[in-house]
Formats: sequence, C-alpha cells, structure tokens
Amino acid sequence: MTAPTVAPAAPPRRGTELLLTTFAVLIAVLAYTAVGLAIDGRVPSGTLGYGLGLGALFLLAHLVVRYAAPYADPLLLPSVALLNGLGLVIIRRLDFAAAERAAQLGRAVPAGEAPRQLVWTAVGIAALVAVLLLVRDHTRLQRYTYTAAVTGLVLLLLPALPVLGRTINGARLWIRVGPFTLQPSEVAKLLLILFFAGYLVAKRDVLSLASRRVLGLDLPRARDLGPVLLAWAASLAVLVRGRDLGSSLLFFALFVVMLYVATERTSWLVIGVGLFLGGAWVAYQLFSHVQRRVDIWLDPFEDPDGAGFQLVQSLFGFGTGGLTGTGLGEGRPSTVPFASTDFIMAAIGEELGLVGVMAVLLVFGLIVERGLRTALAVRDSFGKLLAAGLSFSLALQVFVIVGGVTGLIPLTGVTLPWLSYGGSSIVANWALIALLLRISDAARRPVAAPVTPELARAALQSAQTQVVRRPPRPPSDLPAQREDP
Amino acid sequence: MNRPLRRVAAACLVLFGLLLVNVNWVQVVKAEGYRDDPRNSRVLLRTYERERGAISVVQADGSGRTAIAESSRTDGPLTWLREYPGGPSYAHVTGYYSLVYGRTSLERSEDEVLSGEDDRFFVRRLSDSVTGREPQGGNIITTLDPDAQEVAHEALSGSRGAVVALDPRTGAVLAMVSRPSFDPGRLSSFEPAEIRSYYAQLNEDPTDPLLNRAISKTYPPGSTFKVVTAAAALSSGDVDPDSSIPSPRELDLPQTSARLRNFGGGSCGGETTTLANAMRISCNTAFGALGLELGADALREQAEAFGFGDDTLRAPTRVATSVFPEDPDEPQTATSAIGQFEVRVTPLQMAMVAAGVANGGEVMRPHLVREVQAPDLSRLDQADPEVLTRAVDEDVAADLTSMMELVVDDGSGVRAQIDGVRVAGKTGTAQHAEGRPPHAWFIGFAPADDPQVAVAVVVEDGGSLGSEATGGALSAPVARDVMRAVLRR
Repeated sequence: MTAPTVAPAAPPRRGTELLLTTFAVLIAVLAYTAVGLAIDGRVPSGTLGYGLGLGALFLLAHLVVRYAAPYADPLLLPSVALLNGLGLVIIRRLDFAAAERAAQLGRAVPAGEAPRQLVWTAVGIAALVAVLLLVRDHTRLQRYTYTAAVTGLVLLLLPALPVLGRTINGARLWIRVGPFTLQPSEVAKLLLILFFAGYLVAKRDVLSLASRRVLGLDLPRARDLGPVLLAWAASLAVLVRGRDLGSSLLFFALFVVMLYVATERTSWLVIGVGLFLGGAWVAYQLFSHVQRRVDIWLDPFEDPDGAGFQLVQSLFGFGTGGLTGTGLGEGRPSTVPFASTDFIMAAIGEELGLVGVMAVLLVFGLIVERGLRTALAVRDSFGKLLAAGLSFSLALQVFVIVGGVTGLIPLTGVTLPWLSYGGSSIVANWALIALLLRISDAARRPVAAPVTPELARAALQSAQTQVVRRPPRPPSDLPAQREDP
Repeated sequence: MNRPLRRVAAACLVLFGLLLVNVNWVQVVKAEGYRDDPRNSRVLLRTYERERGAISVVQADGSGRTAIAESSRTDGPLTWLREYPGGPSYAHVTGYYSLVYGRTSLERSEDEVLSGEDDRFFVRRLSDSVTGREPQGGNIITTLDPDAQEVAHEALSGSRGAVVALDPRTGAVLAMVSRPSFDPGRLSSFEPAEIRSYYAQLNEDPTDPLLNRAISKTYPPGSTFKVVTAAAALSSGDVDPDSSIPSPRELDLPQTSARLRNFGGGSCGGETTTLANAMRISCNTAFGALGLELGADALREQAEAFGFGDDTLRAPTRVATSVFPEDPDEPQTATSAIGQFEVRVTPLQMAMVAAGVANGGEVMRPHLVREVQAPDLSRLDQADPEVLTRAVDEDVAADLTSMMELVVDDGSGVRAQIDGVRVAGKTGTAQHAEGRPPHAWFIGFAPADDPQVAVAVVVEDGGSLGSEATGGALSAPVARDVMRAVLRR
C-alpha cells in the first residue's frame, strides 16, 4: 500500500472488470450446477435462468460503472459479484435441504429463500445504480452530515417502536413494512459512517488539539471528549434496547477508528479501547445474555445440546468439511441453525472446506484492501474518511461474524456481507460498494480532469489544511504536488 | 491522514490473519475430532447412507442363506433402514442397530465389516469413490443352525433361561438363545420416540429381556459341575469310574457342624458307591467327599482347563468370566465340588464343558461368525477352528462320556433320550437363593460315539415347575429337542 505520488492517470481497466465479473458469474453458475448434480443427479432446472439473471444484473452494474464511474477500481465489482453469486448458490443449496426435509416429514415445501435473495440482489444492484447516478461527486454528501445522523439514529430506534418493531430470535432488530421484514441497522450503518466522516472532517482540528501530555499520550481536553462519549453511550443504548451485541460493537469500534484516522491522535484509540473494555465489563456484569455468550465461547461443549448448540454444530460443520470440504450438495449444512444467515460461513466450511473458506476470506480481504487503498489515494479528507470507514466496517463485520462462528471470539449475530440471506443487508452493502466505487473513481481520475469545482476545491482545502497544520514534515499524502506538477 | 490509515490497514491485516489462522486450527488441527465426535449427527447419518451388509444363517440342508438382519432402502431421511427378519429368535445374536442406543452383539462386534469400514475393503472403497459406485457394507454369515436356534427359542417360551449349542469339533455356535427376548427391529426404526419408549419398557422389565443370558449372566452350575469334579478325579489317576468312593447319607464337613446332604435328603444306596453310579444318580455326598480329597486347587485347575477364568472369550461380544472360588475353606470346597457355594458359570461355559468331553478332551474356541463376505459376496475370511485348551486326556474323556451316557440311559437325565442315538449328559438343579425355586440345568452331547452337538440349557427359578423343578425334568427335554434338531432326527 504505497502512497500515490505524482501518478500518471491509472488506466480505467473497465475491460478487466468485465472479464473478472463474467468469471465470477461463471463460477456461480458452475457451483449451482454442481449443487444440482450432487442432489438430484441432474442440472437444476433454473440454471439458465439464474445464470442469465445474475449475468444481466452484474452486466448492468458494470455498464453503469463504465458510464458513471469510469475510473473506479476494477476489482471491487467482480469481488462483490463473486461473493453475491456464491451466497445465492449456498442459499439455494440450503433450500434444497429444506425442501427435502419437508418432503420427508410430509409437510408443504417451504418457499425457497434463493429466489427472494435474487430479487434482493436486483434491488441491491438498483441501489448501486442509483448511488452511482445520483452521487456524481462524493464530496457533496458532506452536506448531508447531520441529515444522515438523524436518519441513521431514527432507523436504529425504529425497531424499538411498539407497532413497527419485531423481535426475532431474542433480538429486536427488525421492522415490518407491509410484507417485508427489514433490518434498519444495516442502512443505519451506512448513514452513520457518512455522519462520522462529515462530522470528523469538520471537527478534526478541534479534536486533534492536545492539551496535556500524560504518560506519553496527548490527552484531549475534557470537553472534546463529548462526541466519543456520546457514541459510546449510543452504542450501549443499542445494546440494551435491541440486545444487538454485534451492531453495538461495530458502531463503537467504527467511530473510534474513524476518530483516530481523522485526528491522527493515538490517545483516541487508547480512550476508545478503555471505554470499550469498561463498557464490555459493565455489559457482562449487567446482562445475562452477554454472560451466556461469553460462557458459550469459553466452552461450547459444556452444554452441546442447549446453550452451546449453535456454535457446536457450526464447529462440527467446519470440522467435517476439513481441508477440501464434502463438495457442494454432499454435506449436511442444514444441521447448523441459521445456516443461510449468520452461520452461512459454516455451510461454506462444510461443503467447500478450508480452501473455500480461505478463498472467501481472501476475497473479503481484497475488497477491504482496495477500499483502504482508495482511502489512501483519494485527495479529499472527507473521501478518505468515508472510504476508510466503509472499508473498516466491512473488515470488522467479517471479523465479528466469521470469528464468532469459528469460535475465535464470542458469537454476536451480524450478517456476512453479500453472502448471508437478507434483503436489508444485501441492499445496504451494494450501496456501500457503490460509494466505494464512487470514491475510487475520484481517486483514480486523472487530476487534470476534476469532475466538479467542488472536488477541486475540496482537494485544495485539504491540502492547505495539512500543510498549515504540520509544516515541518511534508505529509506523504500531500496532494499539492499533484495539483502543480 | 495516511499514517493512521496505514495502521488501520495493518490492523485489518491482523484481523484477517487471525481469522485465517483460526479456520486452519478448526478445519485442520481439530477437524478430525469434530468430524468423528459422536455428538456430530453427521457421523451417524453417514452410516445410514450406505447399505449395511446382511447377517445371515445357512439352512442346514444347504438350501441357501436366510438373512436374519438386513438393510432395506427407504425414502426416509436416513436412506437405509435396518430390519430383522430373524426377529426375537435371533435378537441376542444379531443385536440391534439403533439411532438412539447404538449397536450391540454382532451389529457391534462386526460393525466394521457390515458398515464397509473394514480395512479389507480399502481398495473397493477407493474404486467406489472413483467410479461413483454406491458404497456397500460386507456380509456376515453366522455359524447358527436355524432349526436348532428356532427350536431352542420355542422350547424356552414362557421361561427365563438360555440355551447354547456348540459343534464340539469346531467350537461353532449352533444355537444361542436367551429368554425373554425382544424385537430388535423396534429399536432400529427411524422413530426416536418409539425407540425410546420401547427401550424404556424393556429396561424396566424385571425379567431383563435385553440381557443375553447365554454369555452375559453367570449362574451356580449345580450338579452339572460334577462333570468337572469327576474329570479332576479321573485325571488324578487315583480313581476310575468303577472305583469305590464313600457315599454317606450325610457328609460331615470339617471345621463346622454343617453337613452336606443329598438332593431330597435321600441316600445314594449305601455307604460307598462307584464313581460312575455317583454320577448317574448325582450323589452329592460322594462328590463332596471327592472334592475334599482332591482339594480346591485341583478343582480350580480342572475348571480353568475347561475355560473358566478366561476373559478372552467373545461370542460375539465379551463373555462373562466363569469362576471357581478363589480361596475356599474345606466345607466351601466340598460344596463347590457339587457346583454350589461361589462357583459361577455362563451357559456358554457349561456348553464348552460338554463339548470338551465330547471332543476327546479338547475345548475349541467358540465362535459365531462362519464367513465374512465382501459386498459382491466373495469370501473375505472364514472361521478357522482353534483349540482353546486341552481339558482332559482322551481316555479320561472316554470315561466321562460313558459315565454321562449312563446318566441319560438310566439316571437323572432319562428325558434327554433320543431314539436311536446315544446321548451323554448331566443334570443339575442349582439352589441359588433361600426360598426361591432352583435353576434347572442340563448339559450333554450326542451322538456319544460321534459327537456332533454339545448343548447347555439353564431354566431360571424352576421355570414352569417352580420348586418341584429339576434339571432332569425341565431342561433335559429342551436339550433333547435342540440336539434332535441338529441331528435331524
């Protein structure tokens, strides 16, 4: 991850993107065929439809990127397409298992989740198209900092409302709108990252002011602690109201890391970690469900048929898969509860083995890396913060859920982006990748051709700010040289 | 902002690194443990995906094989359902194959063959996985004689007890019956609730239908043990069948005021008698005196020469060890010599005593599996008769045979007679608890001049005859029917 210096304009490489996306669709279609062959001994009837549908959706996405963000990072779209396609295959495979089970029990075959996931994927692509077409310049989003904050908070609080809110599996995270059950925290995540980025860019100078040096740390003034304490309190509130351990952790860690990136002050990290540990301790003491999670994590086999059931089944799935997996359609991934949502990685681990799990993790890692590279390369502070926040939220979310289902950390339920079944998650994450595409387009666009006057001004502003603030050391990301080659 | 960004990138690298290390830990290091954990339902489900081999018996007339346990394909969640055409008659031999309670008997001891996991199937498994052929388990053919097995099962109907019949020349188990029995099919269904309730019912039954009395329960052998005492006496060289031995009405036991009496309190026809006559009428005082003279060590050695104390016996699962008391005093030695006190035997062990005498003194190792077949019915392995011990010399065996023939011709065992066949035997009526009817025993073999079958029968608590029961009245006819079935008479 080298910092961009005076860069010649990166080649757009849209052809590469198209080729890789085609490859991703091909993998999904082949995997889908493999599932059918393993289960029925024949190519499943919907293969062509799924293949064409998926191909058409991703082609549309590619064409829109080509038109609206021609310089965007060419690896983001194919990577996400691969994950989304694989997710559809696994969900379809679990549908087969559910249908088989229903047939054996003589019950009605349940409506499959895969067709709905395909529809949600289409909605996700629509969200991507909308974001790319409507947001031609990401710096304009800074105007909506406080709108995003309010909307985000309202979305977070919606599930707590009496009529709208729904409690599913002990967590109150859902709202019901007509025939749909939505999880607003997924969208709230995006809005809050927008808010954090806008807010921190505006306040970074104040927040990075140091007042005292204690034990080698530059501690901020007490009154500047306000925002971080507020974020902390809000996270705890989410935890208490919704029992949503995962989102609570995600929001707080995200805020602290973005604060650190904005201010370059290690003290914020220390304060954040301190508050996290304190909050975690208090939560552990006060809430039995937190204690239970920790106990299960420490010894899932203490009560393998009760409290530890999910994790134990998940570990059995991973273990049974071993190095190369049982093969798609050959395992019993439906043994694990919530196999299509939180535990989808266990299904991948069982049928595709360690090889499949590592491949999926590496694709996620690639997306995060491309996102952070975008953050390094983009010229304006808001874009940097936004890209960093979006990428880090992805990394954190993958870590929290994959670490949870493999027993690395206590299990907290969050979805695995693009893979897990769930409309809100898939739409929100497609919007997320649209924002990253938009920022990377700005980062890789030849400097001579700024899209809007705002972008040019923003770049200039951030350059000045940095030069003024730290005159002795030329910051490596100083884009001033590029402005004036 | 790029310096913290790089640190964040490094942190992300660490996060993904931790995930990767951890999945390697779970899917490589711990994988085998998770995969084979008995709580991992995939393990069990996998075993039902494969056609499990059959357990069969060969019809004695050679007309073919009949399956007593086999798998049939279903549309259920678990493809292969285990069924038991042999039913309760063979339940203790086949055992059951249960989702809930695991497996027992042959289903357990031969599991590797039946499931196809046996190492001898390695090449076949490999080619199955390459060619996509559906893997299948191997087959087991038992040594059982279906006629003898079914006759024995029928003969014990309504009683508690066991029958074991052996081929004395090879040790092949021709019949192994334990009553009461159960339906192994009901424990091997796909309905866990039904399995649990049936198992609970069997488990709570005071008559213990799940217990294989033939090998898993030990009884006092009573007078059938006199064969062992006589063998020790004859082997000592000081005694022959016509030797005169004391046979008082009551035997004074040293060191105590207790006395040993004959069954029913009668006399043995005088103060002395011959060994052969004492055996014929099952004279307690004569054998008590003989035991005292031989001593506990000689009796124990003789018993062990017949297989007592051997914990390596499997038929098909572990056989309870038959024992002669460790360190009896003199009165205990005298009562042990007539099969009381703390002598404990399995019905299989007493069949081995009869078989040892029948086979000229050599006891063959009992076995239940005649042949192991690959799924394509080709022979993989065959029973190889093996001498377990030499119990007595051939002449001692011959003497014991003629004495036991007398028992059936004109003694306590007349009800074991078969027209046109010379039968040797010994009855036993074993007291085992104050106020409870005795266990009725019979051991024997036929034909005496060319032994083809040796049998042991025990009926608990006097069976239908209650306190009036004797081995001669109750068990001898059962033994006769089983021997007749083997000999086709």
